[in-house]
Amino acid sequence: MVTENWSAAIGRQYNELMAPPVIKAAGLAKRFDKLTAVDAIDFAVPKGSITGLLGGNGAGKTTTIGMLLGLIVPSSGTIEILGEDMIRHRYRVLPRMNFSSPYVDFPARLTVRENLSVFGAIYGVRGLQARIAELAGDLNLRSFLDQKAGSLSAGQKTRMALAKALINTPEVLLLDEPTASLDPDTGDWIRAYLTSYSRRNGASILLASHNMAEVERLCDQVLMMKQGAIVDRGTPGELIARFGRDTMEQVFLDIARAGAQPIAAAS
Amino acid sequence: MSAAIAIGGTLRRIGAILLRHLYLWRGSWTRLFDLLYWPVLQVTIWGFMTEFLAGKSAWVAQAGGVFIGAVLLWDVLVRGQFGMTLSLLEEMWSRNFANLFVSPLRPAEFAAALMALSIIRSLIGVVPAALLAIPLFGYSIFTLGLPLLAFWILLMIFGWAIGLVLCGLLVRFGLAAESYAWASIFVLAPFSGVYYPIETLPTWLLPVAWALPTTYVFEGMRAVMIQGVFRLDLMAWALALDLVFIALGFAAFLWAFRQARERGSFMHTGE
Repeated sequence: MVTENWSAAIGRQYNELMAPPVIKAAGLAKRFDKLTAVDAIDFAVPKGSITGLLGGNGAGKTTTIGMLLGLIVPSSGTIEILGEDMIRHRYRVLPRMNFSSPYVDFPARLTVRENLSVFGAIYGVRGLQARIAELAGDLNLRSFLDQKAGSLSAGQKTRMALAKALINTPEVLLLDEPTASLDPDTGDWIRAYLTSYSRRNGASILLASHNMAEVERLCDQVLMMKQGAIVDRGTPGELIARFGRDTMEQVFLDIARAGAQPIAAAS
Repeated sequence: MSAAIAIGGTLRRIGAILLRHLYLWRGSWTRLFDLLYWPVLQVTIWGFMTEFLAGKSAWVAQAGGVFIGAVLLWDVLVRGQFGMTLSLLEEMWSRNFANLFVSPLRPAEFAAALMALSIIRSLIGVVPAALLAIPLFGYSIFTLGLPLLAFWILLMIFGWAIGLVLCGLLVRFGLAAESYAWASIFVLAPFSGVYYPIETLPTWLLPVAWALPTTYVFEGMRAVMIQGVFRLDLMAWALALDLVFIALGFAAFLWAFRQARERGSFMHTGE
């Protein structure tokens, strides 16, 4: 893991603050027949930041990520990613993004190396075999690189999915529950790696999670979703202070159970 | 220059999908066996049927191998369609859809890759069966010469057209539409005159038969085998109909993709 000295860290934070947001959603909504899954949300993800998208089941997190990826067409609103209109020109942006979710799988009969080779070719990665070797080292894949994906443990699968998500060294990384079903050690290791990746590459990460400790540790900003709307936002510290609680888990429960209404929060 | 880069990118992504399936076949001999099984079985059955009927029917005796030729060409059509839908089903079974379609891979590139895969699948399936017919029944479909290439191409294009529509159904309705991917193509067999001249059909069914490119191909095959004539007029009709059907197939496929994105189906495909 790479560490920064304080002047480099300040310089990086200044540059990131001054840069335009890498993701900008305005009035973003998705309706499925009579169900409003996402209800006119606005948010921005600053360059180099890690943003958490929190909410209970059915809050609209996955639909929001699906719209950002171009997998779901919004009913209304706009999405700008890396300065491009994502709804009209997603193929200009997709080569610079990537995605990982425990609910999306890989061809089970292909080895880890074969899977990464296929996705590397799709993304047009130069020096692909060297990149796979680099990721294998970074993510501890070497021992099972030539094993079939279908025979991997949950932790190994998650690391392979992360390797696929990083194969093109994305500037924007969207992660749906990146540490779901992992043991605490592997989960902690993945969180450390994501922070390191974001710092090293100036990459922006948007992650949906149910793990409040993870969000508290990883995220620079948190968007709290409920019934398709963003009901609060801020840094984990700001949210904890605003709700007068000790942890993000308590904040999450307050919002989930108390029927919190959207509030005008500092973005 | 930018057009050249774009074409290069398209070819690279199509190649990546081919590579994915070549890896799959390399690691799964059962899938390769499956490609060979039906064509070989069909040729064997119809080969013996031909030998049996040759002594009883002047028509069959005159056109030795007409059934074997028909069954092999019919299999080109079937492999053309199965090659597309099976390759798509592999992605659905492995729940790999979302990974593919958050990547720079475009639906048209994916369709082109499926077409290329269907060519490979048909060659793996049909060529060994055709070679087997030579020592077993003394019939070589390769004696048809260049017309064979025309028949093959025309049937493959129609197989793609049907494959595109069925892939669209799978994308739109998910694995609930899987049985259609296996069964639909066989509905065309009775109307295409695969094993009998088209005049055998009742008059009221003839317009249906003549609306299918397959009818022209199988009539054309019999013209070559029985009369020794290559009917260019029949091939022209087959090609014209193929172009109409492939355009409709592409439209249906792209429409289904748009529908799937509207409905958010890609996030859950395979479940």
